Amino acid sequence: MKQSGSISRRQFIRSTALTTGGLIIAFRVPAGIRKITALTESNLFMPNAFLRIGADDSVKILLSHCEMGQGIWTSLSMLIAEELDADWHKLQVEHAPADTAYYHTIYATQRTGGSSSLYSEFERYRKAGATARYLLVQAAANRWKVNSNECRTENGYVISGDKNVRYGELVQEASALPVPADVPLKDPANWKIIGKQKIKKLDSPEKINGKAVFGMDIQIAGMLTAIVSRVPVSGASITKYDEAAAMAVPGVRQLVKIPTGIAVLADDFWAAKKGRDALKVQWDLGEASHINSDSLLTELRARADKGGIAATDVGNPEEMFAKSKYKLETEYYQPFLAQAPMEPLNCTVQLSADKCEIWTGTQTQTDDQRAASQITGLPINKVFIHTCFLGGSFGRRNITRSDFVREAVEIAKATGKVVKTVWTREDDIQGGMYRPAFLHRFKVGLDANGMPVSWNQISVGQSVMTGGPFEKVAVINGVDMFSIEGMHTAPFVKNIKDQKIELNTPTWPVLIDNWRAVGLSHTIFAMESLINEMAHAVKKDPVDYRRMLYKDAPRLLGVLNLAAEKSNWGTPLPKGRGKGIAAYEAVASYVALVAEVSVSKDGSVKVHKVTCAVDCGLAVHPDGVVAQMEGSIGYGLSTALYSEITFKNGYVQQKNFYNYPILRIHEMPEVNTFIVPSNEKPGGIGEASVGQMMPAVTNAIFAATGKRIRNLPIKKVNTGTA
Amino acid sequence: MIQLKVNGKQYEVDVPPDMPILWVIREKLGLTGTKFGCGAAQCGACTVHLDGQGIRSCISPVSRAIGKEIVTIEGLQASLSKPLMDAWLEIDVPQCGYCQTGQIMAAAILLRENNHPSDEDIDNAMSGNICRCGTYQRIRKAIHLAADIKRSAT
Repeated sequence: MKQSGSISRRQFIRSTALTTGGLIIAFRVPAGIRKITALTESNLFMPNAFLRIGADDSVKILLSHCEMGQGIWTSLSMLIAEELDADWHKLQVEHAPADTAYYHTIYATQRTGGSSSLYSEFERYRKAGATARYLLVQAAANRWKVNSNECRTENGYVISGDKNVRYGELVQEASALPVPADVPLKDPANWKIIGKQKIKKLDSPEKINGKAVFGMDIQIAGMLTAIVSRVPVSGASITKYDEAAAMAVPGVRQLVKIPTGIAVLADDFWAAKKGRDALKVQWDLGEASHINSDSLLTELRARADKGGIAATDVGNPEEMFAKSKYKLETEYYQPFLAQAPMEPLNCTVQLSADKCEIWTGTQTQTDDQRAASQITGLPINKVFIHTCFLGGSFGRRNITRSDFVREAVEIAKATGKVVKTVWTREDDIQGGMYRPAFLHRFKVGLDANGMPVSWNQISVGQSVMTGGPFEKVAVINGVDMFSIEGMHTAPFVKNIKDQKIELNTPTWPVLIDNWRAVGLSHTIFAMESLINEMAHAVKKDPVDYRRMLYKDAPRLLGVLNLAAEKSNWGTPLPKGRGKGIAAYEAVASYVALVAEVSVSKDGSVKVHKVTCAVDCGLAVHPDGVVAQMEGSIGYGLSTALYSEITFKNGYVQQKNFYNYPILRIHEMPEVNTFIVPSNEKPGGIGEASVGQMMPAVTNAIFAATGKRIRNLPIKKVNTGTA
Repeated sequence: MIQLKVNGKQYEVDVPPDMPILWVIREKLGLTGTKFGCGAAQCGACTVHLDGQGIRSCISPVSRAIGKEIVTIEGLQASLSKPLMDAWLEIDVPQCGYCQTGQIMAAAILLRENNHPSDEDIDNAMSGNICRCGTYQRIRKAIHLAADIKRSAT
């Protein structure tokens, strides 16, 4: 009897912190910034790595995390502004340079991921603001020869009696004071910014007027654009290409072989694109030419028959199953998925003898530095990462091997040119790093009340964490905990006395990596579909049944009840409509969704309304939480209805949005989001509600039609010209 | 050399006639508010106006613009950009933001033609513009609000 695999995201985070040596020193000022200070020392106050206050009262906030749409540009700034009592209108926000000072407080590299930015910085960013405020108050108190406790702060001023002084005026005096080791934080009762409704996103103006700088917008004098004819699948080799035709395209300057293929360098995108098209590379896919979606699914099923490594194995589930009153045997399949962020990948590199400068939208600055250092031979601190806005990511810019940065550095090194790689949409859709396809098969026995008493499960799919930075904590005895994320730890599973959960992990050459919500992107669909099938088997209402399952999980129960109430669960619907519910813990938050759908005669699905209840602990930026719920519901619906990467003879069959469709405005349901008021520690938000959407929709389809969807996507669209 | 009029200014650019307008305005004129999303007229991130028509600049050769005027997000007339941008800020639409300028350029055509668009009008006008972050509900609200602002201004 063993129970090796009981690791939730929260536990994962804790154990990561332990294995990586815990927190790093928060208040060291990185070297790159010291240089800037040296130039303007007399008019800049830099109490720590996250904050600079100028003599002009400007408050510059440096973000250790990247902004990709999840809203941390605003929410992290709120933490500093709150404790600093800053004038909200004087804030300027920047991505920090790559430096150990900005290492993630848990992951111990500079990294944005796991929906962890807000909660991992909740203390550090507030302390950064509070430290600065402390020093400014001390400076003012010294100037006025009063006690600091006779001073208060408000909106960028220190005030004492009838005296007041702007923060900018105190810059020199505050800079001369010793930085305290620790400072008290505000009583939450006195918060003016955190948790308030009125806060608008700080990056919205520049994203609306077109001035926001994404990686794609970087242009450097003398820069060439590189487009790569890229290896279609891992292990393929080049057999033939037409160098003369590519070089004959006006504007094409150079071809270079790199580990990922052949790069065409040209004066501009259009010439590079025409050159790449003219190159007509032919590939030998070797063993990979046998990769076909049908045979992969057959192999998943064969592996499920065979069994795998046990993540949990207690009691005697087979015997208990035989004795169970109700018996269910079912399986769920979900395909490979591309992240497809709106901004195709790109990376600009300027390499010289003594430094390497990189401009890109990335979630993994330290990994990128290390990759560039390894390729160029330069020390890590001579690799400078200029993080630009990310035009979406959904995991595509959080890649273990820094694929797109590595490739750009390879090209710069091989050519000696300032180079910007640009991926076309086809390159993005076909370029891998997919959410792996997964099969989850269950054999579950229920007692007379409908409670599961026997749980047999086999899950089959490639491992995302193997070979990555978190392998040591995430892959335990051969079981990638992210492959069964949230399954064995579910409140109604973890205490079942007779259970066996197995994992079989194929190693295929299909390139896989992080995709929004990682394991939860497929495990929640399986679990929440299964729960509905269990409820149906015992003739219980899906919400009532979940109330029984979640009775010892109060926060999950809370969002379930709130979503049921706000969606008027149980009231009669027009004919042809159905409601479906899904509720799950994800990234340290709890989300329940109720979808209301109808299915037309031709089988097409329309989602009319979604009611969302979210308990993310303290909601620092409530409207940001609402925005992430709305967006994730759209992202999840797109996935449920359409998303699928398929293979034929080793090649990806999808190319662009015409055969990898994305949800459009007329398909977007009305979304109503309700936040559970809470003072619990903040949880994650960006990935908290993606996984629930797929089963909320399929459960609603079942309610409307009696048809159970066990394979995604629900609706395969015509593949057009593929 | 190709003569172009962009946002009221005359330019002379040395580019082949088949180069899409998108890459001319982004790479040769430095107007990077217009975005590359798909290169196949599928996503609308590259939407600009050509003589007042909304076009997908990623597939429109620059030769098509000779003798006509291109308007980009940087040069959108105030009577449209003001209500739209004010509404977009009020509703706080953007997430990653990459598609938003294309959304606004598409919405500008709708708003110019229709002072009081219905939800269906919005669906018809905006379904060519993808937002991968899923800000559609806010785009819809912002267009309704922009129409209100525009109507009350005239």
